[in-house]
Amino acid sequence: MSDEIPEEEIALAALPLDAWHRARGARMVPFAGYEMPIQYTGEQGGIVAEHEWTRTNASLFDVSHMGQLALKGDGAAHELEKLLPGAISNLKPGKMRYSLLLTEAGGVIDDLMVTNTGAHLALVVNGACKWDDIAHLREHLPDEITLTHFDDFALLALQGPKAGDVLESLIPGTGALTFMTAGLFQWNGAHLWVSRAGYTGEDGFEISIHEGRVAELADALVADDRVNPAGLGARDSLRLEAGLPLYGHDLNLDTDPVTADLAFALSKKRRAEGGYHGFKAVAARLAEVESGTLAQRRVGLILEGRMPAREGADVYSGDTKVGTVTSGGFSPTLGVPIAMAFVDSAYAAEGTALTCEVRKKRLPATVSPMPFVPHRYYRGS
Amino acid sequence: MPRYFTEEHEWIDVEGESATVGITDYAQEQLGDIVFVELPDVGAMLDKGGDAAVVESVKAASDVYAPITGEVTEGNASLEDEPALVNSSPEEEGWFFRMTISDRDELEGLMDDKAYKAFVDNL
Repeated sequence: MSDEIPEEEIALAALPLDAWHRARGARMVPFAGYEMPIQYTGEQGGIVAEHEWTRTNASLFDVSHMGQLALKGDGAAHELEKLLPGAISNLKPGKMRYSLLLTEAGGVIDDLMVTNTGAHLALVVNGACKWDDIAHLREHLPDEITLTHFDDFALLALQGPKAGDVLESLIPGTGALTFMTAGLFQWNGAHLWVSRAGYTGEDGFEISIHEGRVAELADALVADDRVNPAGLGARDSLRLEAGLPLYGHDLNLDTDPVTADLAFALSKKRRAEGGYHGFKAVAARLAEVESGTLAQRRVGLILEGRMPAREGADVYSGDTKVGTVTSGGFSPTLGVPIAMAFVDSAYAAEGTALTCEVRKKRLPATVSPMPFVPHRYYRGS
Repeated sequence: MPRYFTEEHEWIDVEGESATVGITDYAQEQLGDIVFVELPDVGAMLDKGGDAAVVESVKAASDVYAPITGEVTEGNASLEDEPALVNSSPEEEGWFFRMTISDRDELEGLMDDKAYKAFVDNL
């Protein structure tokens, strides 16, 4: 047998928690230039067990490969708004927004989270894109805007229905945060920046902490019986069930936000006013949605049987190729294979019967609403 | 009943003119949770080292190769409903398929239990 995942040949960096993961039986794989835990071994380990634990309890993910950046200086919000379609200048302190860095042609350079911390704008970007993002930001932002890369900070994600209670018991006050808000907290003398967000579809938090203190915090979190460590494998199956696109797979430079079905990330006011890289292209795609001429869009597919369709599988309607799978796998929660695909708009309606070609077999699939598994974000009681 | 192993982590049990093929405990451990196994059709001719089956874990699809040359005589129907048998009982109930042995000399190039254990320990 052979594994289809190619091994990267570049030198890999170690996460601040590298030894911590290995001591807990993590299997480490190359990802985004780091050795990352894909899953843990032992009784509670394995992608399916970690996935299910996250859906019922709380899991601790290490996402320290992601880039943590800060922009500071007069007009930083206005300047950043020139590079992405989200409204940033009206973002109140403690609020965060999902947005996209775009090229002039509307291509997606990266997707990211922008938070107004009060002191600066905090950006969390994808690990594999962070150096390109920094170059892009530095090239287009005026010299007066300071760009800082917090490369000595780790990032942990605590995700799952019990995450709120767990974190509140450890760090009082965090339980009052609602989805897409953030704040500064203290724990044992360490400063933590805590955001109520994540990429699993569950309630949860991302916690930024200095690399020198992260092992201590990770220990304190897994000391709670409700928390188990989980790897990238479960994070990927969770985000797929949650209908969330993954950069480098469902999003790339050849994709625009409208085709990628991310119109929610296009702030209303700015749809009319524009003023950002890629606006012309985005406006053209939005006009095509209105007139029913948009070429393709991202859809969800549920497959019959048990055989998954992976990234790159062709999608057919009858004998006509109408699209391509951009990410797919087996849904542990639903017990069926699910996928995201870009398909011609004529075949994008919910309920459309299509097939996916896997190893020359045509697997029946149905266009299905996303998320496949409902989001359970905490929006306040 | 002698059991042989390949460097690609297949095992093969030889009984008379018939061979049973599966993947090793080491292999299933590396793959993680198995969600689907695509078996060769009965009657298919397999070449030593050629594609024989595909095993899908949550994260990826992996090929399983034929350890010897021969014709497929039976697939393990239990794997259709319960692919996780490959995880729970990889070298017993989680067998993949049975085949004829076209050339007994091919068995000589395979590892025995001891040699395979040493091979895995060195990975």
